[in-house]
Amino acid sequence: MNPDLNSQLILLLPEMIIAFFAMFVLVLDLYFKDKEKNLVYGLSQLALLFAAISTAIQGFEIKVLAFNGMFISDSISTYLKLLAYISMSLVFTYSRTYLKARLLLKGEYFSLSLFVLLGVMLMISSMNLLMIYMGLELLSLSLYALVALDRDNPKASEAAMKYFVLGALASGLLLYGMSMLYGLTGSLDLLIIANALQEIPIDQSILVFGLVFIVVGIAFKFGAAPFQMWVPDVYQGAPLPITMLIGSVPKFAAVAMSIRLLFQGLETLSSEWQQMFLFMALLSMLIGNITAIAQTNIKRMLAYSTISHVGFIFLGLMSGSVNGASAILFYIACYALMTLAAFGLIIALSANGKDFELLDDFKGLNKRNPWAAAIFLITMLSLAGIPPTVGFYAKFSILESIVSAGYIWPAVFAVMMALIGMYYYLRIIKLMYFDEAPKLIVINIPKSLLWVLTINTGSIILLGIFPKTLMSIAAITAGFGLQS
Amino acid sequence: MQANSILSLAIWVPIFFGGLLLFSSKLCKPKTAEYLSLFAGMVSFFVTLPIVVNFDLTTAQFQFQEFAHWILPYRINYHLGVDGFSVPLILLTSFMTLVVIISNTRKSIPSSKSKGGIQKNIGLYNGAFLIMSGLMIGVFTSLDAILYYIFWEAMLIPMFLIIGIWGGPNRVYATIKFFLYTVLGSLLMLVAFIYLYMQTGSFSLFDFYKIPLTLNTQFLIFMAFFMAFAVKIPMWPVHTWLPDAHVEAPTGGSIILAAIMLKLGGYSFIRFAMPIATDAAIYLKPFIIGLSLVSIVYIALIALVQKDMKKLIAYSSISHMGFVTLGLFLLTPLGVEGGYIQMISHGFISAALFLCVGILYDQSHTRDIDRYGGVINKMPLFTAFAVFFAMANAGLPGTSGFVGEFLVILASAQSNFWIAFLASLTLLVGAAYSLWMIKRVFYGEVTNKLVDNLKDIGLRETVVLGSLACLVIVVGVYPAIISDITNVTADQFIQSMSFSKVIK
Repeated sequence: MNPDLNSQLILLLPEMIIAFFAMFVLVLDLYFKDKEKNLVYGLSQLALLFAAISTAIQGFEIKVLAFNGMFISDSISTYLKLLAYISMSLVFTYSRTYLKARLLLKGEYFSLSLFVLLGVMLMISSMNLLMIYMGLELLSLSLYALVALDRDNPKASEAAMKYFVLGALASGLLLYGMSMLYGLTGSLDLLIIANALQEIPIDQSILVFGLVFIVVGIAFKFGAAPFQMWVPDVYQGAPLPITMLIGSVPKFAAVAMSIRLLFQGLETLSSEWQQMFLFMALLSMLIGNITAIAQTNIKRMLAYSTISHVGFIFLGLMSGSVNGASAILFYIACYALMTLAAFGLIIALSANGKDFELLDDFKGLNKRNPWAAAIFLITMLSLAGIPPTVGFYAKFSILESIVSAGYIWPAVFAVMMALIGMYYYLRIIKLMYFDEAPKLIVINIPKSLLWVLTINTGSIILLGIFPKTLMSIAAITAGFGLQS
Repeated sequence: MQANSILSLAIWVPIFFGGLLLFSSKLCKPKTAEYLSLFAGMVSFFVTLPIVVNFDLTTAQFQFQEFAHWILPYRINYHLGVDGFSVPLILLTSFMTLVVIISNTRKSIPSSKSKGGIQKNIGLYNGAFLIMSGLMIGVFTSLDAILYYIFWEAMLIPMFLIIGIWGGPNRVYATIKFFLYTVLGSLLMLVAFIYLYMQTGSFSLFDFYKIPLTLNTQFLIFMAFFMAFAVKIPMWPVHTWLPDAHVEAPTGGSIILAAIMLKLGGYSFIRFAMPIATDAAIYLKPFIIGLSLVSIVYIALIALVQKDMKKLIAYSSISHMGFVTLGLFLLTPLGVEGGYIQMISHGFISAALFLCVGILYDQSHTRDIDRYGGVINKMPLFTAFAVFFAMANAGLPGTSGFVGEFLVILASAQSNFWIAFLASLTLLVGAAYSLWMIKRVFYGEVTNKLVDNLKDIGLRETVVLGSLACLVIVVGVYPAIISDITNVTADQFIQSMSFSKVIK
C-alpha cells in the first residue's frame, strides 16, 4: 500500500502545480504592470488546465494512500477535484470584467483564489484529521482575505470580520472535537480511528461529545442551520465574484470532508450522527426556504437558498449509504453548475454598471435583455427543482436515497419545503417577465461572457434531459470510493 | 414514417416547432410567425391522426409501444404506449391546440387597441402552446412514472408564463397560485413514485400495477396521488386556483386549461391512482364520491351567482369535472364510460364557451355580465353559437354534454338513488346558470354603447366555433365514436379493479 517516494509525489502533482502557480502568479504580477492582467489570468487558467490533466490521468479506478496515510487519491478525490477546477475556471471567467471595472483585478485575487483551490484540494484528498484541518485553514484564511479584497468598502470589511471571527470559532470547535477523538483512539488517521472504534471499548459519552463538535464544525463550514448566521451577511458583504467563489468551490471540500469523516472514519457512530444531520437538514430547509421569501436582496436570497440546498445535501449524508453518497456527489455537481450560472449572470449584468443587488433590479429584464432573462429563468427553474432541468434530478436522487433508507416522512417534509422554495424562485421569474422595468435601459453583456453563460445554462438543460452519464459517474465514484 | 414511432412524433413535433417559434420574434415578422405557427399546429394535429387510424379496437393492451433505456442508474426508461383511455385525449389535445392557434391570429381581433401584447409576440405565444401540447401528449402516453412526472411538471412552465405574461390585471397572483397549487400535489406524487420504485425496482407502470401492497401503504400512496390529481381536476376543496387562473389567463390559456389540463387529472386517476392503489380506491370510494357530489352541487350553486362570465364558466367546469370523478369512482363500466365521455365533451364545450367569452372580451374589454345586454341584435351569428354551447353546457339532449352526464347519473342510480338524485340536481342548476347568463348577456334590447359597437364574427371564428359545434353534436348523437375506442380498455380496467392487491 505504500509506494515509493516518487510515485507518492506524482499523486501530489496537481496540488504542487496549483501551489506553484499560486506563488508564481503573485511574484510575476509585481513585474508586469498590465492593467488587463491578461498574463496572470491566462496563467491561472493554465494552472487549472495542467492540474486537471494531471488529476484526470490518475483516473477513477484508483485508491492509493500516500505519505503514511495522510493523503488519499481515489475516485472521490478525482471527481471532486475535476469539478473544483471547472468551477474555479468559470469563476475566473465570469469575474474578470466585473473586477476590472471596479479596479479590483489584482494579482492577489488570482493568487488567493488558487490558494483557496489548493485548500479545497488538500481537504478533498486528506485521510488524516490534521490534514483536513490544515486544508480547511488554508481555504478559510484565503477566503477571509478575499472577502476583504475591496478593502475600502465598509460592508466588505464587516463581512470579512464576521466571517473571520465565526470561522475561527468553528475551526476551534472542529479542532476540539478532533482532539477528543485523538485522545480516545490515539491516532489522527481516519482509517486507524475507524478500526479503533470497532475494536477497542471506548467511553461512548466522550466519543459522542467529540462527535458533536466535529459535526458542528462541518455544519458551520457548510452553512447549515442552526449555524447559518454568517452565510447571508458574508454573501451580501463580499464582492459578487467572491460570493460566487464562496458559494461554489469550497462546497466540494465540505462534501469531501463530510464523506471522509462520517462515511469512512466514524461510520460506526452513524446512528448518532444521523440524528444530528436529520435535525439540521430539516431545520436548514425550513429556515432557508422561509427566510428567503422575506429577502429583498438577491445575494441574501441566494444565501438562504444555499442554506436550503445544504439541507438537501445533509439529507443525503443522513442516509449514510453508498446510495446517499452518490446522490450527494451528483447533487453538488448540479448545485455548483446552477450557482455559477446564477451568480455568473448577476455578475455579467452588473459588470459595466451598477450592481444588480436588489430583487427589484431584475424588473422587466426580459425587455432589457431577453437572452439574459432566459438564462436566469432556466437557472431559477433548476434551483427550484422543476423538470426538465438538472435541479430536478439532483433533488430526485437525494429523495430516492432517503426513501430507500426508509425515511419517508423526512422526504415528504423535504418536498413540502421545496414547494415553499419554489415561491421565491418564481418571484424572480415574475419580476423578469411579468413586471415592467422602471426605466427601459437595454443592458449589454460582453459577447464572450454571454457565450460561456449560455453553455453553462445549456448544460443545465442538457443534463436535465440526459442525466444518465453524470449520474453513472457519481454512482461509480461513490461505489469505488467507499469500497473498503 | 415508421409505425412504431408515431407517439414520439406526436410529442416532439409540436415541441420542436414550439422551440423554433420561441426564437421567431427576433428572426422574422409577426406575419411569418403567424403562418409558421398555423402550419406547425396543422402538422402537429396531423401527426396524431395515425394513432387513431391504426388503433386496434379489439385489445386492451398498450399499443404503439416505444421503449428505450434512458437513465440507467435508476432504471428510468423512455417508455411510451397508448390504450383506449389515452387515444381520444391525445386527439383532443392536438385539435384544441390547433383551435387555439387559429383563434390567436390577428384578424380575429378587430380592435387591437387593447394590449397588443399577444400580437407583438405571436410567435412566442403560439410556441408556448405548441410546447405545452407536446408535453401534454407526453403525459397521456408515458408508461414510465418518471417520464410521466417530467412531462407533468414541465407542462406547468409554459402555462405559468402564458398566464403571467399575457394575462389580466391580477395575473401574477393567479399564475403563482396556479403553479404552487399544482406542484404541491405532484411533489407528493413524486415521493409515492420513489416509494413504489423501492418496492418494485423500476419505474415501469406495469411493475407498479403488479406489486402487492398493504392496505395502509396503499392508502398513503392513494392520498399522495389524490393530492396531485384532485388539484388538477380540480375537486372541491382544492379548486380555488382554477377560477383565478381562468379569469386572468388569456383566451387561449383558458381554453387549454379547461379543455385539456383538467383532463390530465381525470386521466391520471384511471392510469395511476386507481390501478396502483386498488384497494384504497375501493375503500375510499364513498369519500371521493362525497367530494364529487359537493363539487357538482355546491360549485354549481356558486356558479349561479357569478358576475364575471369567465368565472361562471370556470365554476361550471369544476362542477362538470365532478361528474368525471363521480363516474370513475362508481367503478362500474357505465360510470367509467360516462365519466370518460364527460371529459371529452367538457373539453369541447368549455373550450367553445371560453372562446365565445374571448371574442366578446376582445371587442369590449369587459367580462362583466352586467355590462352586456342585447348582444343578439349586433351579433346574431355569434349569439347562435353561444346559445348552442350554453345549452350543451346545461346538458341538452342531443349534445355531448347530455351523454356524459346522463350515463353517470344512470350509473349512480344503479348503486344508490340519493347519489343519482344529488347529481341530477346539477342538470337543473346547470341549466339555470347557463340560461340566465345567456338571457342577461345576449337577449333583450341593446343596453349601452359598448354593445352597440360590437361587430359580428368573421369567417375564421365561424369555422372554429362551427367545427366545435359539429363535434359536440356528433358525440351527442353518436357517442359510440368515443366509446368504441374506450370500451375494451374500460372493461379490462373494471375487471382489474376487482382483484385485491393487498398482501395476504
